Amino acid sequence: MANRAELTLDPLRLVARSSLRSLDHVGRFSFLVADLFRGLVEWRIWVRRMLEQAVAVGYGSLFIVLLVSAFAGAVTSLQTGYQFTGTLPLYYAGAVISESMILELGPVLTALILAGRIGARYAAELGTMRVTEQIDALESLGRSPVSHLLLPRVLAGLLVVPALTMLANATGIVVGYMVAKGSLGLTYGDFEYGARYFFRPLDLWYSLIKSYCFAAAVTLIPCYIGFNTQQGAEGVGRATTTAVVSASVAILLLDALTTRLLLVAK
Amino acid sequence: MIELINVSKRFVDNVVLDGVSLTVQEGETVALLGPSGVGKSVTLKTINGLLRPDTGDVIVDGLHVPKLKRKELSELRAKIGYVFQYGALFDSMTVAENIRLGITDETCYNDEKFCDNRVQECLRLVNLQLDVAGKYPAELSGGMKKRVGIARAIAGKPKYLLYDEPTSGLDPVNADVIDGLIERLRDELGVTAVVVSHDVRGSFRVADRVALLWQAKIRAVGRPEEILASQDSAVQQFLERDLEMALIQSDPRAKGGVQDTRGHHV
Repeated sequence: MANRAELTLDPLRLVARSSLRSLDHVGRFSFLVADLFRGLVEWRIWVRRMLEQAVAVGYGSLFIVLLVSAFAGAVTSLQTGYQFTGTLPLYYAGAVISESMILELGPVLTALILAGRIGARYAAELGTMRVTEQIDALESLGRSPVSHLLLPRVLAGLLVVPALTMLANATGIVVGYMVAKGSLGLTYGDFEYGARYFFRPLDLWYSLIKSYCFAAAVTLIPCYIGFNTQQGAEGVGRATTTAVVSASVAILLLDALTTRLLLVAK
Repeated sequence: MIELINVSKRFVDNVVLDGVSLTVQEGETVALLGPSGVGKSVTLKTINGLLRPDTGDVIVDGLHVPKLKRKELSELRAKIGYVFQYGALFDSMTVAENIRLGITDETCYNDEKFCDNRVQECLRLVNLQLDVAGKYPAELSGGMKKRVGIARAIAGKPKYLLYDEPTSGLDPVNADVIDGLIERLRDELGVTAVVVSHDVRGSFRVADRVALLWQAKIRAVGRPEEILASQDSAVQQFLERDLEMALIQSDPRAKGGVQDTRGHHV
């Protein structure tokens, strides 16, 4: 009897525990975000560190972001040619390549790459600092870990991710045009006509807004997870993996949400 | 003065501190002894507010630590130097930058000349060469890291010093050097200090009074000679265990010793 009662209770306990844990995370994450806003007044501390982080993260990610966006542009161009040749005017390729890059591929691919690069870096750095008591040491010196460690990282991400996204958009479009020129014989005039015909200024704003949302996910989530790391080297490994996976899932969710809010509702 | 009044702390189901009360008078050095995992470091972290007790009160310098607001806690922490078990030095900063972070007065912290002089002064106080200032923590030995940790803790001229296992992981010679250093800082700076340790000999050397933390409670408090003469079974058991450890350290072969791959004792 007792066993049956335990079996009935266990799923309930499991759900209750998970719900409590989720609520705990939501609460602590909200406090962290509030602390970040509070820390903005300590600009003397975070400005220099933010610039250092921005250079390290931005410059370090530039090559891989441009490489991936170039391939994305090339593949989009080839697939457009494969699907549309003979059915639609050639200038449509210009529209498909530029709109795909600006609206979806540029922001999402850049964010996913940076979730791996920046997310893993932030979570591992902060996690190691947590388990080696460096964060405790900072607090014990009466200094705020938020202003010294978190704010520079988050702001560097917010500075760098949108900039890299715009570069990725441009690279993808240029490479897409070059591939279309080579494989489809598309002229620059046709490409430009197609691209301009379907382009709306909102598209660029949309791309930029999306990249800011993704930048928040790429920086805040890994910082939160790294900052709350526990249990030594294993904990750091777990935090790093969790940070990358969570940031990537958040990017996909935000992608759907921003599209629904900014494009479909229009 | 530092006062712990009936402090209790548990982590999930593990009761770490159960009604711990201890008073450290101004200018006094108290050693908190006990086996590993008994809650010595937790006690130290409740003193500077890194951990909040579940029940009970901690009073430092007349302030109730668990009730302090963030800013008040930061101000109090500026008066408390904390030496971490493994140094907790910031890997990405040089020794000089690490020590400089310990200067808690913001005006002084922003004065380059003052900081350079203070860093040199602290290095001298902990018997380190001045050329160490430009090195990174990874380039230092364990004993040097501990000394830099102490230099950082005293850089802000604290009123209180908390040492968390200052000699753990060190060979007897280096442990002796650190004990001598604690003794010298006690005499020269006249700070109120709590030294957490499981090393009986070192603690008896540096402390005015000794407290034994045993099974989450303070089992005995007194002057070193009173503790040595105690008939309490827990005290005797702990002292005997330390004596055995001392024997092992002085003659590894007495206990079978540690052998290298060729069977030689190391």
